[in-house]
Amino acid sequence: MIVTGKSVFGGIAIGKLHVLAKSDEKVKRLSISDAEAEKKRFNDAREKSKDQLKVLFEKALKEVGEDNAQIFEVHQLMLDDLDYVESVENMITEEAVNAEYAVAVTGDNFAEIFASMDDDYMKARSADVKDISNRVISILSGNGEGEFTEDEPVILMADDLAPSETVQLERSLILSFVTRFGSSNSHTAILARTMNIPSLIGVDFSEDCNGKMGIVDGYEGKLIIDPDEETLDDYIKKKKADDEKAALLQKFKGLDNVTKDGRRINLYANIGNVGDVANVLKNDAGGIGLFRSEFLYLESDDYPTEEEQFRAYKKVAQNMNGKKVIIRTLDIGDDKQADYFDLGKEENPALGFRAIRICLEKPEIFKTQLRAIYRASHYGNISVMFPMITSVKEVKKIKEILGEVKAELDRESFPYKDVEIGIMIETPAAVMVSDELAKEVQFFSVGTNDLTQYTLAIDRQNPKLDAFYDPHHPAVLKMLKMVADNGHAAGCWVGICGELGADTTLTEEFLRMGYDELSVSPSMILPVRAAIRNIKLK
Amino acid sequence: MTEFNYTIKDPAGIHARPAGLFVKEAAAFDGTVTIGKNGKDVDAKRILGVMSLGVKSGEQITVKVDGAGEKEVADKLKAFLEANL
Repeated sequence: MIVTGKSVFGGIAIGKLHVLAKSDEKVKRLSISDAEAEKKRFNDAREKSKDQLKVLFEKALKEVGEDNAQIFEVHQLMLDDLDYVESVENMITEEAVNAEYAVAVTGDNFAEIFASMDDDYMKARSADVKDISNRVISILSGNGEGEFTEDEPVILMADDLAPSETVQLERSLILSFVTRFGSSNSHTAILARTMNIPSLIGVDFSEDCNGKMGIVDGYEGKLIIDPDEETLDDYIKKKKADDEKAALLQKFKGLDNVTKDGRRINLYANIGNVGDVANVLKNDAGGIGLFRSEFLYLESDDYPTEEEQFRAYKKVAQNMNGKKVIIRTLDIGDDKQADYFDLGKEENPALGFRAIRICLEKPEIFKTQLRAIYRASHYGNISVMFPMITSVKEVKKIKEILGEVKAELDRESFPYKDVEIGIMIETPAAVMVSDELAKEVQFFSVGTNDLTQYTLAIDRQNPKLDAFYDPHHPAVLKMLKMVADNGHAAGCWVGICGELGADTTLTEEFLRMGYDELSVSPSMILPVRAAIRNIKLK
Repeated sequence: MTEFNYTIKDPAGIHARPAGLFVKEAAAFDGTVTIGKNGKDVDAKRILGVMSLGVKSGEQITVKVDGAGEKEVADKLKAFLEANL
């Protein structure tokens, strides 16, 4: 049987399915006669819960880092929250009910408050209130530490997993998480990504699969329960290939991006959010070759302020600790829309009002971003790059605006560094005038996705055109050569940040063209490094 | 009583971790501390109340401190907000 869900981390897991029993179902309402004794039971259990949370905090600190561990400090504060404590005590006194029941009801009430808030993050916090309540209840009812007593690795299944449940689990015994509920923001999802194990959310499984054999396919978002022999063999092979590949790649960490005959190239990562930096460092990238700044605009209901942007850029620059961070200015429009920009409907959005065109028409938006980038430059090694350039005139206009921004910052005494400036080469026009453009900037980065689409006049979103689409079309490769030659002639360094940059069948050709940098998704850093180290140019 | 306004700058608003740290700061003070949004004040020493205000980025909060040494406490809390939120 196959059940589908949403994958939060790719990969394949094969093993026994273990469905975690729900603990909050067991709470019964009982009448008590000694309210004071019952309150003491509650407060003792509360103290014991806090002790457990202290231990969990220390454990989590070591295993998943301070950011993820702090939730257990928050849980301790919640247990000390007077609204919470008084609500439980009042119920015990006024309704003469047992502590378990009072805690369960109080927990549900607070969880309900959070669940009804209009903010996804706060909604997800209702799980935290339930979690602390379940902890107290489990101590009150004498169930020590949950019921997970497996001694072989399993695929763990539950409605949703509370942070304290996930951290108590012995890591080496978890192959994968599968939950009925939860969001990409849930603790389970975050933990799955930290642990690098394939995991699914939103899977509607039935309780009776407990103990059966299962396969989690994190690439396709499916759970296969009781697979037939053929499917199982198939997945065992896939998993083996995955494992071998991963193990092999780990050997390339810390090594140089250098060919057998000594040619070096910079290998950077593409990121789309501040949180991706961890993945960049984990995969040993030499820098960030493309920091898409759109997330700041797309995740917001209004134009992000200079301060918000400054913090995001500064954080990335600081976390990268002196390594290069190339921030691409706003590339909104086409398929990336934010309502407040009010861009209107266009016949041909890919050829429409987007990216630098918006910035040059609405310089106040552009300046806010440039000020934030320049201010952040003080805290690391930041470069800036501009998308969708078609002419020298545009670049000159950008430099004029940059001059104004710098003058403003000087007047306000903000420190900033001499930021390296570059442009994306992603229109055939930019390729044809790249000799002139190279005199204006310090680097080029080729955006192969758009460049290919514009060169071949093929809409990538239209599946009917797949037969005509050739990512290795000689027209595109000739353009890449031309860009590299023109860039170098004027002293620019040249890179590729589109999908083609990670295509290892072309790595050798890019090196021969003289490319100085490839920027790829974090997970492709090591595969591309492996390819580079296997190349001999002479 | 000493009070001040502050506009939250963190893109995520007052989320669980800084809320916890703020509550800890407030709890270290013997007097009363409240935090409010749109006229609704809650006890700043109670994390569930603080979180349930649901303060988002760009929204203004009012912090009121009452008791001995309130000025210093208000300054401390303000510095905390500026550094963390």
